[in-house]
Amino acid sequence: MLEIKNLKKYFGGVKAVDNCSFEVKPKTITALIGPNGAGKSTVFNLVSGILKADSGKIIFSGADITKAKPEKISNLGISRLFQQTKLFNNLTVKENLLLALDNEDTKFWKNLFSLNKLSKEKETKIKEMLNLIGMEKFESTLTRDLSYGQKRLIELLRTILNPHKFLMVDEPVAGVNPKLREVIAKILEKLKNQGETILLIEHDMNFTLNVADWVIVMEKGKVIAQGKPEEIRNNPRVLEAYLGE
Amino acid sequence: MISAYFIHLLILIGIYLILAISLQLSVGFTGLLNLGHIAFYCVGAYASALLALNGFPFWIYFLAAGFLAMIFGFLLSIPTKKLKGDYLALATLGFSFVIYAVALNWTGLTRGPLGLPGIPRPTLFGFTFSDNVSFLILTFIIVLISYLIIKKITISPFGKVLEATRDDELATRVLGKNTFKMKSISLATSAFFAGLAGSLYASYITFIDPSSFTLLQLIPVLCIVIIGGLASLKGTIIATIILVLLPEPLRFIGFPSSIVGPARQIIYGLILLLILVYRPKGFYGKVELE
Repeated sequence: MLEIKNLKKYFGGVKAVDNCSFEVKPKTITALIGPNGAGKSTVFNLVSGILKADSGKIIFSGADITKAKPEKISNLGISRLFQQTKLFNNLTVKENLLLALDNEDTKFWKNLFSLNKLSKEKETKIKEMLNLIGMEKFESTLTRDLSYGQKRLIELLRTILNPHKFLMVDEPVAGVNPKLREVIAKILEKLKNQGETILLIEHDMNFTLNVADWVIVMEKGKVIAQGKPEEIRNNPRVLEAYLGE
Repeated sequence: MISAYFIHLLILIGIYLILAISLQLSVGFTGLLNLGHIAFYCVGAYASALLALNGFPFWIYFLAAGFLAMIFGFLLSIPTKKLKGDYLALATLGFSFVIYAVALNWTGLTRGPLGLPGIPRPTLFGFTFSDNVSFLILTFIIVLISYLIIKKITISPFGKVLEATRDDELATRVLGKNTFKMKSISLATSAFFAGLAGSLYASYITFIDPSSFTLLQLIPVLCIVIIGGLASLKGTIIATIILVLLPEPLRFIGFPSSIVGPARQIIYGLILLLILVYRPKGFYGKVELE
């Protein structure tokens, strides 16, 4: 589904991503782990087109997206959750979610002449999603008035609602309370059962090793190990990179 | 006499309303700190005046003023597509100075500082809007149409994408929206209405010269947008009425006009300062200034 070949991105002298190669197989949850500064988020930014690679290739469903713009990559089917919340703070929860559904809202004349009406299906879809996380009451709340955990959930919903073939989720449970953490784990589990392909960055090792099918470990911009969670758990090199022993 | 004066003020309010709500579209709703608005107004006024003086009918020069300003708005959006905040403000301000310099120095077309006198009042279906009452009605209709169109844009899903672009452009792009296109349309639409306002102004005063299109003329409009509150059309209307009327009593206290002019700027500055201190979101602003 996603193939990364010899990807390089240097910031001045810092080798953020250095000759990194890996592959994400369809219908799996692949976790990208590694200590702070390992280059995980940079890989995400390169894949979603926010940063441009110095060299190397990113292939998605057979198409080379190394130089594509973020909007094109999104429309090809990659949806992404950011590490920092990036909700539209002056819009309501519902408006935030509606924005993800399609791109009919970018058509000027269609909207000016009211030809882009809010359909029943869209309305129901949003309601169902909010019900799923028990936030149906917050539909008309401005997202700037939500708590951090709620923001995280709404953003995760927005990422899922954005039409996609591939989900990239950057630290979905960082700074979130244990109860919400369970909700998010359940959502990821459900997505996996629906046959979604997910690439996940998460610092919480227990969380990651429980939900992932495949784990890729990065350190200093390179992939240092990959394998099934149980292999990674006991890999001495990974333990050293992580715990500094 | 007094009623004629009030009609004059109402026409001015109308012209300022079109300028302010269209500036609100680019500044308040899209987050583009656009200081080029007065240049679009200038382009519209000159295009309209030159066509009117050459005998074109009202509906042609009025729409041409809007469309020419719109083209300028679109062109301005291309080199500034990656600029934000202060940088965009500087670039669009530079554009205002360029347009002003052209109006001042291209004497073959604009007669430079001598200005263009004798611009005819609009004629539509054989009726000439020569007296101010009929001109007020025309202005009111144009204000109403402009308001309804801008209102429609802002409440439609398209407007929500503009607001999303303002709140977080990167997140909007990652949702698959071409934000460059969105910003261009917003700036061009905003410029279109500024051009219409320019056309109305030229046909109303019947004389234009470059001094009507300086930064000093932009300040009141920008004050209206901020005082009314970003992304609020209701606030913009109230602020327009207040800001146009507020300096007027000065005339009756007997100040000479050489003082009234600068005093207006002082009043606007003072209100802006008070609003920013005591009510940072303006009258009805949804968005906080950053």
